[in-house]
Order: sequence, then C-alpha cells, then structure tokens
Amino acid sequence: MIEVKNLTKQYGDKRGINNISFTVNEGEILGFLGPNGAGKSTTMNILTGYLSATSGVAKIGEFDILENPMEAKKYIGYLPEQPPLYLDMTVKEYLNFIYDLKRCKLPRQHHLEEVCSVVKIKNVYTRLIKNLSKGYKQRVGLAQALIGNPRVLILDEPTVGLDPKQIIEIRNLIKNLSSQHTIILSSHILTEVQAVCDRIVVINEGKLVADDTESNLSNSLSKDRRFTVRIEGEIEAIMKTLSKVEKIAHITEHGEKEQGVYEFVIEGVNDCDIRREVFDAVSAAGFRILELHATEMSLEDIFLKLTNGTAILEQAAQDNADDAEKMQEQKASEEEINISDAVELGDE
Amino acid sequence: MWAIFKRELKTYFNSSIGYIYLAVMYGLGGYQFYSIFSRGSSELTYVFSFICNIAMYTIPLLTMRLMSEDKKLKTDQLLLTSPVSIGGIIFGKFLAALALYLIAMMQFVVYILVLSAFDKPDWNVFLGNFLGLFLLGAALIAIGLFISAMTENQMVAAIGCLALTIILSLFDSIAALMPNAFLSSVFTQLSVTSRYNDFVSGLLDVSHILFFISICAVFIFLSIRVLEKKRWS
Repeated sequence: MIEVKNLTKQYGDKRGINNISFTVNEGEILGFLGPNGAGKSTTMNILTGYLSATSGVAKIGEFDILENPMEAKKYIGYLPEQPPLYLDMTVKEYLNFIYDLKRCKLPRQHHLEEVCSVVKIKNVYTRLIKNLSKGYKQRVGLAQALIGNPRVLILDEPTVGLDPKQIIEIRNLIKNLSSQHTIILSSHILTEVQAVCDRIVVINEGKLVADDTESNLSNSLSKDRRFTVRIEGEIEAIMKTLSKVEKIAHITEHGEKEQGVYEFVIEGVNDCDIRREVFDAVSAAGFRILELHATEMSLEDIFLKLTNGTAILEQAAQDNADDAEKMQEQKASEEEINISDAVELGDE
Repeated sequence: MWAIFKRELKTYFNSSIGYIYLAVMYGLGGYQFYSIFSRGSSELTYVFSFICNIAMYTIPLLTMRLMSEDKKLKTDQLLLTSPVSIGGIIFGKFLAALALYLIAMMQFVVYILVLSAFDKPDWNVFLGNFLGLFLLGAALIAIGLFISAMTENQMVAAIGCLALTIILSLFDSIAALMPNAFLSSVFTQLSVTSRYNDFVSGLLDVSHILFFISICAVFIFLSIRVLEKKRWS
C-alpha cells in the first residue's frame, strides 16, 4: 500500500533523513519509533506531500506522491504532530469544511455523524474548537483525518500530551481502525508502538535502524536481562549476598527507597535470566524481596541493542571529538578577548 | 478551491474584521456621499477617489492573515496535504478577500440608484470608476496575499503590504526624479495611479484592464511559488 524507497531529505547541509526504505502492506499498522528529531515527522511530511524529498520515491497505492500528488493525497488521512485546527470554528463547521476540502462523496450528515461517534466528540460538536481541551482537540484532529474514509492513515505522535486514560482510549481506537485502514503511527515511546503496531520501523538520526515485526523486535529486545530489585535488610549484607551470586555481571545500588529497603539494578552474565538465583540467594540469607521487575529499556538502550552499539558509539565518539574541538576554539577566542580587554585597559 | 473560499469568507465574519472593514468603508463612503448630495452635486467621482484612498490603506487588513495565519496555526499542513492544488488554495483565498472588497464596493450601486432618481447619471464615468476601483483593489489584494505568504506574522504582513502599496502609489513622482528617459518611462508604465486616473475619467482602455489583471496574475503566481519553495527547502 505504501512504498518508500531510498528517501533522503536535505535541509541545507543538514540531513533530515538519510536513505530510508520500507513498505507497508494493506491493513497493517506500522509503528515509527525514534527519539525527537530522528526524522519521523519529516518522513511523514514527505509521505503526505507536505514536503518534497531531495531524492527517493514515496508511493501511496499506485501513485507517486511527487508525480501524482492529487491522486495520492486522496488516499491519505493525515494527523500532523500539532493537529491543524482552525480555532475560531466550531467542530461542526470545521468538519464540514474538511468534508468540502477533501471533496468527499459519502453522504454528508451520515458520514460526519459516524466519524464523530468513532472518535467520541459528539458532545462537543457545536462548541468552538479553541475552547476544547487538549484531548478533545487531538480527537477532532483525528476526526479530520478520518473524513472521507481514506485507505491510509498517517498519525504523527497521536497520543502526545494526553492523559493516561485518553492514551489508552486513542490506542484502542487506532487498533479498531486498522480493520479498515492501513496505518502509520509515530511515537518515541517503545511500549506504545509495541501495544498498537504489527510492524515497527526504528529510526535514529535520519537513518533506518531496524524494520521488523513487533514480536521479533520484542524478542530481540527482551534478551536484555536487567532487573530492578528492592530488598529489605542491611545494605552491606545484601551487597555481600548479591555479589556471591555467580551469574550476576553487574550491580548498581540506587540507595534506600523506603525505610530499610534498598533498590538495586542487576544485570546477568551473557543476558541470562537470573531471577531465580537472586531470589534463592536473597531468601537464603534471610532478606525479603519486595519488588523484582525487568527494567524498561530507554530508547538509547534500544538503539545500542539494535545496532550492537557500533553506530551509536561511533557517533558519541564523533560528538566528543567535536565538543573537544569546540571547547578548544572557545578557549582560544576567550583568550583573545582577554588579550584585547587587556589592551583596552592599557590604553585607558 | 470553493471550500477554501467559503471558509475564508466565513472567517471574516466569524471574527470582527469583516464587520469592522465594512463599517469603515460604508461609514466613510456614506459620509462622503452625504456631503456631495447635500450640496446638490451628483459628482460620485469624489466619493470614488476618497474610497480609493481608504481602500489602499485598509486592504492590508484584509490580506494580512490570509496565508500567515495558516502558517502559524500549522493548518497549512492540512491544506497542502489535502487533494487541492496550491493554485486552488491561493486562488480560493484571493477570491474570498476580493468578495469582501466587492461587498464593500456595492455601496456605490446604492448611491448611483439614489442619484438616478434625481438626475440622469453619467453611466460611463460610474462604470469606469467602479471597474477601476475594483481592479485596483484586486491588484492590491494579490500583492497583500503574496506578502502574507512570505511571513507567519500578521503584523509584518500588514505593514509589508502597506509599504508596498505606498511605494506603488509613488511611482509617478519617482518617475519624475529619474535621470534618464528610459527609467522614467519604466516607472510611468508601471504606475498604478496614472492608469487608475484614466478609469476615473470614464476612459475604458483594454491595456489598463490587462495591466491590473497582470498584476493579480503575477502576484498570485509568486504566492504559489512561495508555497512551492517551502516544500523544497
């Protein structure tokens, strides 16, 4: 349904995205995962025809977005990062405008009612958009994307800024929509894309890091065996006990979290599962485990994992080198200033 | 395109700007008409030239938010990703501002009808004035639209449009200052005021009509290019 080939976007001499390729099949939910500034929005803006790629091809259905934009755009419902709302209109006026704008052929009254009931905005239908809460604005944005029943939905961080209850509602809504739409969804939260998407594309600094099914990716990520554990007892004695467990590669102490309860992050040797060993050792020593759970991976951890650390480390090294260079330059210029100050003082 | 036209026109009246604009135009025009009418004169030309001056300074208010607001609210993302061409977007907005301007100009129809009850009006002069004022307004709206497309700040758009309008009205005097005949003739040819004055005297010259339409076309085209360029940069 969607085909992206060697897409590159150059902003001046900065690369927004670099040679990205992926495809999305009909009826699939594709998750687009990456930190802020990774190029998620840029890719989506190119797919929807808002921006043009420097090179590469983006196809929606059988139409190239650059060569045949009018046809391709008819397939797309787009919810940008900031919902594109006219604040001085009521929801009703706004959705009617969108209906006209998209030259929708479906029966107007029925279709608008249907969309409103799907995203649950019927109760604010006659209110001014500027008076709506953030959550409702997001839903009106989503309603806008749904008008005309487009085959492809492109949603840029649809749950940002919502409260937890709303997030769950929107996620469920997106899942329900997938029966009739092909969906691309972006997020910088791993659990979100895991919860909603069939396939996940991970990008970082404009480059494709991974493109895999949700289950494959989760498997490869879950091999990371890091646990947060809270143990009640004497800190030194606990440390002693833990350090005796053979399979533990690394222990980090996080201090006293409750009265007499300490938190540790422990990591197994070769990513092996050490929960049982830890439990046995701790209980044998007479302490109590109050909590034991897998530590959630940060995006940095995920990239490290997916790229085996190489790309990121290289980047970090490069950054460090750049920083050092900058520092030196700064120092030099500061010295110059000092000298010129001194000269001026001397003149006085 | 019509969806955008409809929305823009509605927005003028959703906010107060449409009402204020019409109130100013009707109020000042009505005052001027009353003053000639009470003198027993039927010279609508005074009213026209007065409104022409007012129009030059108030059109920036109509055009300032046309494109800049979309940029600021990020609703340009909606417009540019919907199945409407950029030309359609720009033209829809242009027509909306032009429609409001035309509504403001409709007061002259009332005046001429009132006058025709007393005297046989000079229809040629009336039509010349009306057409001239309409074309001048259309050209200024196109210029304002172009300036608005270049910024996301409404004030900048308004002031930029006003500045350009003033410079345009000075072309005749700039032409007089030019040291060589060629440059001077360039400015005279491009002068909006001298062409407008021909309309005022009831002279319908096709080349003048084409001149104003060309200004509209050029600035609408430039606005389209501004939006196009944004996609590529």
